[in-house]
Amino acid sequence: MEFLVASGVGSVTAAGVYLVLRGRTFPVIVGLALLSYAVNLFLFATGRLVIDQPPVITDGVTSYTDPLPQALVLTAIVISFGMTAVVVVLALRAYLEAGSDAVDTNVDAEPEDAGDGRPAGGGGASA
Amino acid sequence: MTLAWIVLLPFLGALLPGLLIRAGRDACALTTGAVTLTALILLLVQAPAVFAGEVLQVRWEWLPALGLNVTFFLDGLGFFFAGLILFIGLLIITYARYYLAKEDPMGQFYAYLLLFQGAMVGIVLSDNVLLLLIFWELTSLSSFLLIGYWKHLPEGRQGARMALAVTGMGGLSMIAGMLILGSIVGSYDLTVILQHGEEIKASPLYIPALLLILGGCFTKSAQFPFHFWLPHAMAAPAPVSAYLHSATMVKAGIFLMARMWPVLAGTDAWFYIVATTGLVTMVVGAWIALFKDDLKGLLAHSTVSHLGLVTMLFGFGTPMAAIAGVFHILNHATFKCALFMTAGIVDHETGTRDAKRLGGLAALMPITATIATLAAFSMAGIPPFNGFISKEMMLHEAALTPWAGNPWILPALATLGAVFSVAYSFRYVFHVFFGPQRDDYPHHPHDPPAGMYLPPALLVVLVIVIGLLPGIVAQPLVTVVSGAVTGAPLPDFYLALWHGFNLALGMSAIAVFVGIFLLLRHAAFNRLRLALPRPEAKTMFDATVNGLAAFSNLVIDGLHNGSLRRYMAFFIATTLVVGTAAFAGGEHLAGTRGMTEAPFVPVLGWLLLIGACISIVFFHRNRLLTLVLVGVIGLIVSIAFVYLSAPDLALTQISVEVVTVILLLLALNFLPKETPRESSVSRRARDGLLAGLSGLGIGSLIFMVMTRDFSSISDFHLAESKPGGGGTNVVNVILVDFRGFDTFGEIIVLGIAALAIYALIDGALHGPAAKRLNSWIPDQERAQDRHPLMMVVATRVMLPLSLLVGIYIFLRGHNEPGGGFIAGLVVAIAFLMQYMASGFGWAERRMRIDYHAMIAWGVLIAGLTGVGAWLASRPFLTSDFTYVKLPILEEFELATAMSFDVGVFLTVVGSVMLALANLSRLARRTEEPVSAEPMDFSPVPDDEAGSSGDASKAGVAAKESV
Repeated sequence: MEFLVASGVGSVTAAGVYLVLRGRTFPVIVGLALLSYAVNLFLFATGRLVIDQPPVITDGVTSYTDPLPQALVLTAIVISFGMTAVVVVLALRAYLEAGSDAVDTNVDAEPEDAGDGRPAGGGGASA
Repeated sequence: MTLAWIVLLPFLGALLPGLLIRAGRDACALTTGAVTLTALILLLVQAPAVFAGEVLQVRWEWLPALGLNVTFFLDGLGFFFAGLILFIGLLIITYARYYLAKEDPMGQFYAYLLLFQGAMVGIVLSDNVLLLLIFWELTSLSSFLLIGYWKHLPEGRQGARMALAVTGMGGLSMIAGMLILGSIVGSYDLTVILQHGEEIKASPLYIPALLLILGGCFTKSAQFPFHFWLPHAMAAPAPVSAYLHSATMVKAGIFLMARMWPVLAGTDAWFYIVATTGLVTMVVGAWIALFKDDLKGLLAHSTVSHLGLVTMLFGFGTPMAAIAGVFHILNHATFKCALFMTAGIVDHETGTRDAKRLGGLAALMPITATIATLAAFSMAGIPPFNGFISKEMMLHEAALTPWAGNPWILPALATLGAVFSVAYSFRYVFHVFFGPQRDDYPHHPHDPPAGMYLPPALLVVLVIVIGLLPGIVAQPLVTVVSGAVTGAPLPDFYLALWHGFNLALGMSAIAVFVGIFLLLRHAAFNRLRLALPRPEAKTMFDATVNGLAAFSNLVIDGLHNGSLRRYMAFFIATTLVVGTAAFAGGEHLAGTRGMTEAPFVPVLGWLLLIGACISIVFFHRNRLLTLVLVGVIGLIVSIAFVYLSAPDLALTQISVEVVTVILLLLALNFLPKETPRESSVSRRARDGLLAGLSGLGIGSLIFMVMTRDFSSISDFHLAESKPGGGGTNVVNVILVDFRGFDTFGEIIVLGIAALAIYALIDGALHGPAAKRLNSWIPDQERAQDRHPLMMVVATRVMLPLSLLVGIYIFLRGHNEPGGGFIAGLVVAIAFLMQYMASGFGWAERRMRIDYHAMIAWGVLIAGLTGVGAWLASRPFLTSDFTYVKLPILEEFELATAMSFDVGVFLTVVGSVMLALANLSRLARRTEEPVSAEPMDFSPVPDDEAGSSGDASKAGVAAKESV
């Protein structure tokens, strides 16, 4: 089980990092969302994996899983939502203002030809 | 306490000039003067104690863990320098009142001046080297403002920058040196360090510390080869030059050498570095001064030369030389400050300070001429002025000191310095005030108002009185100051004008005669000078600075050329490198903790997760599919939480999942539905490599964490949850009770995020974004039935049910999985269903909830619950609970934590709804009219609907105006 969780966290991280490095805002936002899943799982797993021992005090039960990482992750999940919401609206506003959802102004150019003054690449509908 | 006030008064007073300039220039100058005068009086009140040999101290702990404390002490040396700074400051304030032109912002000037004054006084009174360093840097900063005061002059700005660069770098070097000293002694208190001289000199770190500290002193005091900034700082107004460059800032380095004399001086290294530097500076500075036509340039280089003289005296390392050094600091401050003021007067009244365009001013401005002549004679070392006495003492000490075994080098070069000194002093007098009158002065010269000549006149009176009666006027002060410098009993000495015929007198006489000869042959020597190679410091400095700037730009452009993707890639790569370094330094093996089993179903979930991750990478260009895959990943994460004993997390994750996907869908409505393929293969390979390595690193890290045993502080939470927090759901009790402050902060963040979204969207409804929205053409075909009957009916039925579920989850939260966060999300989803079914516009008219106010109430209720604990005299957010029995119902528990949870609940509902409702405002701005009816195709026949049918048609036609 430990291996499953660890490789799961690793895969979600890798997918998130790859998407964060894309050149358009939407994949970057999705990448951030994936990274927050990975971070939350990571933090949760630092409390070690325990099955069928939820931290709800019950008579006759002496052994519980570690509640502290859970409490931290719970607020983290809600905050991640707040962050994703702000970033997505930010991207939306940028798209509406500029008419392009490119992360960089020179979307098509590799860094070697950066600064060639090409106007922003457009995508989707424009006014 | 008084000591602290002496330092603080100028800082506090710096606020006044800016305010009082509205009451006029006189009020402004008077206030500034009053501040300085008060500080000076407070200082003078301490004089009896200081002269009795007491050391006054005051101490507050600031950051004791770092050894940084606010401690001040006042001994003879501190008293002497603080007195100079404040007394001359007072004269400068008076002088500046008349010097500054009407268009110069005087309030600013006085504010800067007081800041500088406070920083200087702070340096000389600090008893903690770290505190001293803070003040040291403050003088660099405030002098930058003062030197660049005339912002319209490029020379002023350049001079200020150069001064800041050179003295600032010296300051950094000094910080390193002081930290070394502190670590040798084990304390950063100056009084402690001063008692460990032997220990410091014996330390192997003595030489590095010495070099670093001297780096600070030499740059500040303009010693060769760092002397070049001082002449360029002369672009400052004359009062600034007179203050900074005669009595205060440049003396800070000298002060520090004097202060550190007991712990650093007396070694060969000290002698050869300090005395030699001083000697070279003295001769070179004087030589350059002789040929400067700009009066302030001449005085600047002569200051460099005199600072070199004092440095050399401290470098000798003998008590008698230290006495001579202290005495010369006093004398130099008096005559040089007066001279700078007269140079300012000449510039102010004639319109030029070029010696070649001046001459014959004595008859036109007799008062200024008299003051300048007397002060310059003192600078030349002519009896009976004070400069003569200290110069004699210097020559005497030089004659007694062999350099590398050679007894002639020091006296010969010292005499040479004195020769130049006589020559430039006389030049200042004779080429400016004497000689034939001219008729081409830029302005008609005349003596200035009394406010401008009285300050230098007062200084010249001191020059004469000290010169005539040194034993009575200066002896007690010099004794107590020198005692503080050496930190040991002084040899017997007696300051007197006449020491009899001795070697020093002979050297003085040679200096005067040769100096006069030099001046008479000035033109010939100038040709000799022009024939010699003259390195131009400013060009070299500029070249260095430009080279550094070009290098920095190269690095910055390489790392961060404005492309955020490149920046991200570097960021991730750096993290990987740092992580690898940490990995290489630690244990690599997995732990030995027993692993949990992996049955079939979790393996199935794992396969789904991995599949989703791979698919999302390959199909991310199809954005709708991406969202579906995100949903899959989120669901598996939720299920993993259930399986791994975290029901609260699972509930939260799944409800957040719903809200997030709705949000992203709403946003996607306006964004392109496809991501174009635009990264090159190599770019994708690079990103893939970075991503793979990151995933591998994070995965192995958490694997190693999970396979090791650990100890947690959670036993406390588990044990105290029921008896202390009154709830059995430990996660919820931690959230609302143990770590309630955390949660309080987080709901505030959530509220702010929602408000930021509101602001972003509100702004999009104006400007270019609004234009784009108004002419929006949907890029996808719209459903004909946007508000389907089935969905409307189903959500109506579900609304009360889901609200009930929300309330249930909220109420049971303290004891069973649930709570304010989850309940808030569930209720928000219940509302959202109504919005989705019949459109935001339709639903909003029926649910008039002000979400801004809801967020505010949520935070307020949570905050007030916390404050309530104060009423019971307990800390913020301490909770309390009791058990209540109401008729019909079972006995149940009432905790203050529940009221806190209500705050959490309201904030979550408000934030989620505010964010989504605002996205819908955008939608309504495009093409979609507000539905007047709950559904598009109503089963109710039109004739039964009656008049509402017409209203609905009107509503469909009308475009919502926001």
